[in-house]
Amino acid sequence: MKLIFEQSAAGRGTAYLPEIDVPQTAPDFKGRETPLRLPELSEIQVDRHYTALAKETRGVNGGFYPLGSCTMKYNPALLEDAAAQPGFRDVHPLQPDAAAQGCLEVMRKAEAYLAEITGMDAVTLQPAAGAHGEFTGLLLIKAYHRARGDGERTKILVPDSAHGTNPASAAMAGFEVVNIPSDGKGYVDLQALKAAVGPDTAGLMLTNPNTVGLFDPNIAEITKAVHEAGGLNYYDGANLNAIMGIVRPGDMGFDVVHVNLHKTFATPHGGGGPGSGPVGCKDFLRGFLPGIRIAEEDGMLRRKEAEARIGDVRSFGSNFLVAVKALTYMMILGREGIPETAAGAVLNANYLMHRVKDLYPMAFDETCMHEFVMTLEALKEETGVSALDLAKALIDHGIHPPTMYFPLIVHEALMVEPTETEPRETLDQAADTFRAVMEAARQHPEEAHLAPLTTRVSRPDEVKAARKPVIRYDFDHPMD
Amino acid sequence: MGTYVPNTEADRKNMLKACGMERMEDLYAGIPEELKRKEPLRIPEGKSEMEVRRLMEGLARKNRVYGTVFRGAGAYRHYIPSIVGEVVGKEEFRTAYTPYQAEISQGVLQSIFEFQTDICELTGMAAANASVYDGATAAAEACGMCLEKKRRKILVSAAVDPKVLSVVRTYAFGRDAEVTVVPEREGVTDLEALKSLADGETACLLLQTPNYYGCFEDADAAAEAAHGAGAKLIMSCNPIALAIMKTPGETGADIAVGEGQPLGLPLSFGGPYLGFMAADEKMTRKLPGRIVGQTEDRKGERCFVLTMQAREQHIRREKAGSNICSNEALCALTAGVYLAAMGPEGLRKAALSCRAKAHYLKDRLEEAGLKAVYAQPFFHEFVTAAPDEQAAERILKALEARDILGGLPLGGGRMLWCATEMNTREEMDRAAETVREVLDA
Repeated sequence: MKLIFEQSAAGRGTAYLPEIDVPQTAPDFKGRETPLRLPELSEIQVDRHYTALAKETRGVNGGFYPLGSCTMKYNPALLEDAAAQPGFRDVHPLQPDAAAQGCLEVMRKAEAYLAEITGMDAVTLQPAAGAHGEFTGLLLIKAYHRARGDGERTKILVPDSAHGTNPASAAMAGFEVVNIPSDGKGYVDLQALKAAVGPDTAGLMLTNPNTVGLFDPNIAEITKAVHEAGGLNYYDGANLNAIMGIVRPGDMGFDVVHVNLHKTFATPHGGGGPGSGPVGCKDFLRGFLPGIRIAEEDGMLRRKEAEARIGDVRSFGSNFLVAVKALTYMMILGREGIPETAAGAVLNANYLMHRVKDLYPMAFDETCMHEFVMTLEALKEETGVSALDLAKALIDHGIHPPTMYFPLIVHEALMVEPTETEPRETLDQAADTFRAVMEAARQHPEEAHLAPLTTRVSRPDEVKAARKPVIRYDFDHPMD
Repeated sequence: MGTYVPNTEADRKNMLKACGMERMEDLYAGIPEELKRKEPLRIPEGKSEMEVRRLMEGLARKNRVYGTVFRGAGAYRHYIPSIVGEVVGKEEFRTAYTPYQAEISQGVLQSIFEFQTDICELTGMAAANASVYDGATAAAEACGMCLEKKRRKILVSAAVDPKVLSVVRTYAFGRDAEVTVVPEREGVTDLEALKSLADGETACLLLQTPNYYGCFEDADAAAEAAHGAGAKLIMSCNPIALAIMKTPGETGADIAVGEGQPLGLPLSFGGPYLGFMAADEKMTRKLPGRIVGQTEDRKGERCFVLTMQAREQHIRREKAGSNICSNEALCALTAGVYLAAMGPEGLRKAALSCRAKAHYLKDRLEEAGLKAVYAQPFFHEFVTAAPDEQAAERILKALEARDILGGLPLGGGRMLWCATEMNTREEMDRAAETVREVLDA
C-alpha cells in the first residue's frame, strides 16, 4: 500500500482557511530554511487513503478480540456521543471555573465513583494511562516516606509475574526493584515476600487477580506483611474488570491504586491511546495528589491544589473526554451493573477455558478470573509449532490473537481474555476455532509457520526492522 | 438494567453447568469471604441510555462555549477540517488496541509511520516516536533522556510554560535529578544567566520557542550556550509555528518536543492531547515509547511493525528508559490527517494567519489603552498590562458579557492573549472596543 507521501502531487490541496483579513508584517524572526514536505493531496485522496488504512486495522467490532490483559470489551456507542458534545469538546481548560461547572462536575463524579469502586478515599484523573498512573502512585509513596523523614525506604517489591510497566515505573520513580518469585500456583511466594520486606521497603506493587488470571487468596496476609514492615501497597488495576463491585482493592489492604479507564470502563483504546489511568489513594496520601482537586464552595465547584502535592504529571486536569466516556459507562452500569459486568467477564473466561482445556494445557488449571493462560510448551516440543504460530493461525479464522508470551513465568504462553460483552455463541465459535487450529497444527505442523494466509501482509521480518531501523519516509530515496 | 452483558439467565445457567458450577457466586469461591463486599456500591442505580444521555447533555450545558476565544497558554483553538473527524471516527481506528499483531494492524502501523515522518519534517529532526501523553510529558521524558551519571542538572528556561515546568519537576523528583530555572529577561531567556548556569553537571536545557509569553527565543545562542557546556538542547515548539520558523533541526537541537493539540485536536477541557518527540540520530535509541519501523514480510511485501522494542518496558523492565506503554495513537492519527488535509501550504497559511492576527490584536489592544509588556518578536501570543489587577478583571468580565474569552490573567494586571486563524478582524475590533470602554469608564 502506498504511503501518503507517495501520493502527493505539488500544488494539490483543499482550501480550508479564508484569506488573511488583516495586514501582514515582515518577518522579524528566524525563518524556516528547509522545505516542509507534508503531503499535497486533494481531500478525496486523503479520505480514500485512510479508508484503505482502516480496512487493514482490526477493531473490536471486527470480531472476537480476546487479547489478554487488555480487556477489549465493546465500547458502547453512547460514550462517543456524550464526549462529542460541543459543551465538552470546545471548552478551554483555562476558562474560569464558573464557565466550566459541567466539566468539573464530570470530574468530581467520576472521581467519586472510582473511589467507591476501588475502596479509596480520593482520586486524581490526571494520569493519562495505566503506566502513567503507576508512576504517579509510586511518587505518592515516595513523597509520603520523605515527608515522614523515612528516606531510607528505597525498594519496591514487584512479583516476577508483573506487567513490565511495574518495574519500569518503579525505576522511573527512583526506586530499586526487588523481584519476588511466584509459587507453583502463580501466587506471590509468601515466604520470599516476608524475607524480602524490611526497613528499606518503600512498597509493593501487585496486580490481583494476577497476570495468570488468578485471585491471590493470601492477599490480606501479603498486604499486612508489607504494612508491618512500614511499606505501602500499590494496586495495579489492569485486571479490575474481574472483581469490580465484588471485592475492592481498598479492602484488600491497598493504599494506592490506578485503574485503566480504557480497559475496565469501556473507553476505546484508539490503536494505542488515548487512555486514562486515574489514581486513587487512602486519606493519609490525599495531600500529595497531583493536578487539581475539585472543591465545592458556595454552591460552586472550584479547582484547587492539594497542599503537599507532588506537582503535575501532565499539563491539564485529565484526559477529560476519556473521563466523560468512563462516567457515562459507569452511569449506565450503576451499582448493580458493575458487579454483574465483572461476573460476566469471569463466567465467559471460565466457559471458554472449559471448552478448550482438553486440547490446550492450562498454565494453572483452576477457576480463573477474567482471563486464563495456556501453555503450548508441549506442542512446541512435540511438533515445533509455537504459540506465535497458533496465534497467527487464529487470524485466518477471524479471531484477534490472544496476548502472546506473557506473563514471562509461563513458557509459550497464550493469554485469553474474552470479556463480558461476548455472547455465548461467539465463545462457542471461538472454542471450535481454537480446537480446529490445534488439530490442524498437530496434523500439518509444517504449514503452521505460514499463517496467516488471508492477510495482505504475513510474518513481517521484525529482526530486519530492528537491525537497521527505517522509521520515517525517505524523500530523497523513494521506495516504490 | 443497562449492562452490556449479552448472556441471558438461561445462557448463564448452561455455561455455569459446563464449568461444573451451579451459581454465579461459585465463580468467586476462591476469594476469601471476609474481603468481599457485602453491600452494594454506594453509587446510583444503573440507568437506561436515554436517561444517561439526558444527564450527560445536562452536564455539557453547564459549561460555557465562547463564541470568541483569545486564550491559549498551552491549549489552542484552531480550525479543524471536517475530514479530520470523519477519519478519526472510524471504528477500526477508534477501538483497536496497540498494534501488536502486525498482520491485522497495518493501517494503524502505517499511520504511525506517516505521523513519525510528519513530526520529523516539522521539527527537522532525524527520528520521532509514536507520541507520548502531551507536550509537558514529552518535555519531561526528553529531560530524562539527557540524564547521565555525572550530569543530573536540568536547566529550564523561566519562559517555559509553567505547567510544563511543573511536570518536569515532578519527573525530576522521581529520577532524583535537580531542576534549575534559568531566569527570564524582557520576556525571553536570560542568555547571560544561562551561560553562567550551564556547567559540567548540566544534562540539558529545556527551551520553549515561541515561549510561554509568545516570544521567539534566540535558540541559536541558547544552543551554543548549552552545547558549550557539553549539555543537550531540548527545544519545545508549537507545531503550527514550525511551518514558518527556524526548526529545532536547523538550530542543532538534540531533541525536539511539543504539544500536538493544535494539529486538529479540540480543546476538550485539557485532553486528550498529543505529545510529540523527535531526536537527532545520536539520541534516537533513547527515545521512549512506541516506534514503528518499515520492514518486509515473508513474501517481500513492504510493511510496518513496532520496532526497536529492546528499549521498552515489556522487554527491559526496570532497565527501560521509560515506563510508557499506552500513548496517544488516535491523537497522532488526528494530527496525521490534519496535516495531510492542510498540506504544507495550508499549514503555512494557518501559521501566517495566527501571527498576523496576533499582531493586529496587539496593536488594537494597545490603541485601546493596554500596554504591551515585551518588545520581542512573537508568534500568536503576547502579554499586556492593565493599570492594575482590578482593571484586568473588569476587562475580562466585560468581554465575557460579549461572549468573548479574553486573555489569561497572569496576575498584577497582566494578561496573556492569543489569536489564531479562527479570530476575525471584526472580533478583534470588538474586543479592543470593549477594552477601551472599560479603561475609559
